[in-house]
Amino acid sequence: MLLNQLAHARTGDKGNIVTISLIAFRSEDFSLIEEKITAERVAAHFSSLIEGPVQRYSLPQLGALNFILHRPISNSVTRSLALDAHGKCLASALLALEI
Amino acid sequence: MKTVRIGSGAGFSGDRIEPAVELAEKGDIAYLVFECLAERTIALAQKARLLDPTSGYDPLLEERMRAVLPICTQKHIRIISNMGAANPQGAAESTRAIAQQLGLRGLRIAAVTGDDVLQLVRTSQSPIETPEGSLPPAGTWLSANAYLGVAPILDALQLEADVILTGRVADPALFLPPLIHELHWPLDNWNLLGQGTAVGHLLECAGQLTGGYFADPGFKDVPNLDRLGFPIAEVSADGSAILTKVAGSGGLLNRATCTEQLLYEIQDPAAYYTPDVIADFSQVAFEELGPDRVRISGASGRPRPSTLKTSIGYRDGYIGEGQISYAGPNALARAELARDILAKRLARHPLSELRFDFIGLNSIHGPQLSHDASVPYEIRLRAAGRADSLATASWIPREVEALYTNGPAGGGGASGSTREVIAIISALIPRDAVSPQVHIMES
Repeated sequence: MLLNQLAHARTGDKGNIVTISLIAFRSEDFSLIEEKITAERVAAHFSSLIEGPVQRYSLPQLGALNFILHRPISNSVTRSLALDAHGKCLASALLALEI
Repeated sequence: MKTVRIGSGAGFSGDRIEPAVELAEKGDIAYLVFECLAERTIALAQKARLLDPTSGYDPLLEERMRAVLPICTQKHIRIISNMGAANPQGAAESTRAIAQQLGLRGLRIAAVTGDDVLQLVRTSQSPIETPEGSLPPAGTWLSANAYLGVAPILDALQLEADVILTGRVADPALFLPPLIHELHWPLDNWNLLGQGTAVGHLLECAGQLTGGYFADPGFKDVPNLDRLGFPIAEVSADGSAILTKVAGSGGLLNRATCTEQLLYEIQDPAAYYTPDVIADFSQVAFEELGPDRVRISGASGRPRPSTLKTSIGYRDGYIGEGQISYAGPNALARAELARDILAKRLARHPLSELRFDFIGLNSIHGPQLSHDASVPYEIRLRAAGRADSLATASWIPREVEALYTNGPAGGGGASGSTREVIAIISALIPRDAVSPQVHIMES
């Protein structure tokens, strides 16, 4: 199934940094999400849009993961040529992962 | 135990005004805070002020003040906002004039200044520290604003200001001063400041806590989103807080909306840097007490940093953009032909960057993530490019429009624009280099 069946997500931005939270709908699904949605997998998924490794923070009591992605400086919010300059729609791409 | 109720009246400069009026009328709040200053907004405001010295504050300031001042005055609700942008004193003057027109005499209005550090940064003897690589040439700098903390807003509260207008202040530091002032929190009680910062962070985007930016039909349904209500925090002296909204307003406030907003724009949840405290949200927990009523606990804090984040706005060339649509059979092939023609025609101009997107197919996530997308009935070709001059950038919308008579069959709905890019880079400056001031005036 797609990740959007188990979790919801929101994107934030600061300069060339994109943050994506991933939150389990049900707390019992969190350990599966934590096991399957690794920083490496997220980095590979977004490899055409970002540079370098992805950091992941885990907040089990909230059933949440927080991912930190780095876009190229030329694609920071205030300089980007992209239609979605902030990268606000990226959380939806994360939810398209298979789990 | 004493509590303070704070309402969040705006989450960005263009935010809706009705929910703020609803909060003032029905929210039983003592403070109404408007956060209206995104990272780049102050640089754009500074640019506006260079053209007209009386401007440079929030374009919706007058409309908001006319809407909320009468009810806030009547109910003794104090207003705090960064709507001063690049001209807090101009914003305060304008607010005073509106109060007088509305017959509201004796209103005390404070302007907080000192965040503008452009001269300081320009004349700095030591190199400016930046986490994002090297600074652009000083000749391109348009603005430099340090993120101020709670101190000047606290001073204004002690001077009995009814309305406080600032420029750049850390967003949570708009919400923290009422808590420190009313609940007598010491400025070095880092855990209390960390808890207050978590509350401020949850409130700062207004409707994003109460079901805005959340709805996903069938997965996350939000009732009456058209009447979205803005959030209220009820904070106790021990730092515990309950988040809620006006009964009967639209939207949704639960554990899920709070968790999304807690992590919004947060990097390391254990180290959220502000001018007043390094807050730790890593142990935060939410408890649903009832419909649209959530208790937050578990935030803490560590001593504040010795530097202040500063946003430097600089001129970064120009972006030209054009779009044109193709529809019906073979639409994608015609859009691709249009792209190829544009690429050849635009190659004659010194653009430093040029990209093409097919809106409806892969413009948002790019070709790799969109590779499974089926070809839609209609496609909108978008070209966007960067140039050093306005004249060069304007070739992009010109060539897109020329596709009408010089391109593939059936193009329609061409549009285009050209704009100067005001980019932002962050730097760190020593805290003691900045000295905020408070100016009080009365209507």
